Amino acid sequence: MEWAGLYNYWIVIFLMMAGLYVVIASGNLIKKMVGLNIFQASVFLLYITMGKVQGGTAPIIEEGIRVYSNPLPHVLILTAIVVGVATTALGLAIIVRINEAFGSIEEDDLEKPEEAS
Amino acid sequence: MAATIYFVVRLHNLLAVVMLGGIYSLLAATMFVVLDAVDVAFTEAAVGAGISTVLMLGALSMTTSVEKTDARSTLLPLLFVVLAGFALIYGTLDMPHYGDPIAPIHQHVAPTYLADSLAKTSVPNVVTAVLASYRGYDTLGEVVVIFTAGVGVVLLIGRGRRRPGRKRDGE
Amino acid sequence: MSHHLIVRVVSKLLIPFILLFALYVQFHGDFGPGGGFQAGVIFASAFILYALVFGLDNARRVLPEWVTRAGIALGVLIYGGTGVVGILLGHNYLDYSPLGSTAPLGQHIGISVIEFGVGMTVASVMATIFLAFAGRNRDLFDLEE
Repeated sequence: MEWAGLYNYWIVIFLMMAGLYVVIASGNLIKKMVGLNIFQASVFLLYITMGKVQGGTAPIIEEGIRVYSNPLPHVLILTAIVVGVATTALGLAIIVRINEAFGSIEEDDLEKPEEAS
Repeated sequence: MAATIYFVVRLHNLLAVVMLGGIYSLLAATMFVVLDAVDVAFTEAAVGAGISTVLMLGALSMTTSVEKTDARSTLLPLLFVVLAGFALIYGTLDMPHYGDPIAPIHQHVAPTYLADSLAKTSVPNVVTAVLASYRGYDTLGEVVVIFTAGVGVVLLIGRGRRRPGRKRDGE
Repeated sequence: MSHHLIVRVVSKLLIPFILLFALYVQFHGDFGPGGGFQAGVIFASAFILYALVFGLDNARRVLPEWVTRAGIALGVLIYGGTGVVGILLGHNYLDYSPLGSTAPLGQHIGISVIEFGVGMTVASVMATIFLAFAGRNRDLFDLEE
């Protein structure tokens, strides 16, 4: 079972691809944003599983603890989460403006010529 | 988490989809606790499950809450996703195993951070020390990104009272 | 939502504790999990809860929009300004060592200050975004449960 230790990547890949599927397959812009968030959270999960050390603990220095998980991915993801919500908000703002201008948030409606709507 | 995603894919009620997105974030946060990333879990629970769900609901209330069931083919995206997934799995075959203490990621700068940060910054939480001190430039960049996003949202929808919402869509 | 008595009372009880917890997370982030990003989000969520329960007008009275908009810029300014102070004291940009009597103490002070800047920016941005979304659909917003 040489590949058994790789299962964390496979879980992440499954979740990531599911998020990507939602982004590609659904025509609704808000659902696309949810899919994008799922994709994003899966990438976070990928980084955090990489930082895990067997038998380690959270990287807050204490007496008597020798093994810590890698703090570097935590730092990267911490900032990425907050940036992620900021960009999500920006995307939602654009969606709201699209809805006001065209009266729809479905891609298929938006692609129709102007007079059809 | 897989079940959550399954329903996100299947449901057409956007309210339910958004709530499931929040549940997904909360589950991810619990995963982060298990994986020793307490700071990250904290942030994910507050941001992913809290703020972004509220924002999504706000956007929903301004648009529509039911997705149109479209007749477009789902086969092509599915094929693409499966192919991409297998390519990625193929890529992982050479990756270090889960929790492996001698993986390359644990050999580079991380041991230095863990060994020196308390003496150099007198901050026991290594994540905070690295975030604010060792990688201060990165964090400055992130804060500027958030600043820009905030300014962008204000520019896009900040002045709300000129139009009464979706009544005047020009239809 | 403003006519739900239980919601009003419970959120009145809860909001001070949420704010207190945000401050704890902000200033205890050096020792335990937490920091500016989390504290900012928690602070903003207290404000959002207030706005949801007591209505947008009351929320605007508590925290006018110009305050949050100024807070966005001020947080970034605190962060960048701390770096400039480092330069003025003869070190590199964003090197906090000269801020204290010893280098580690200076680092600690610097980290606390810039975490405060981060927290201010994040809280203000989140509150501003929420106000923008909520102000866009006022009538719908009040009907929303």
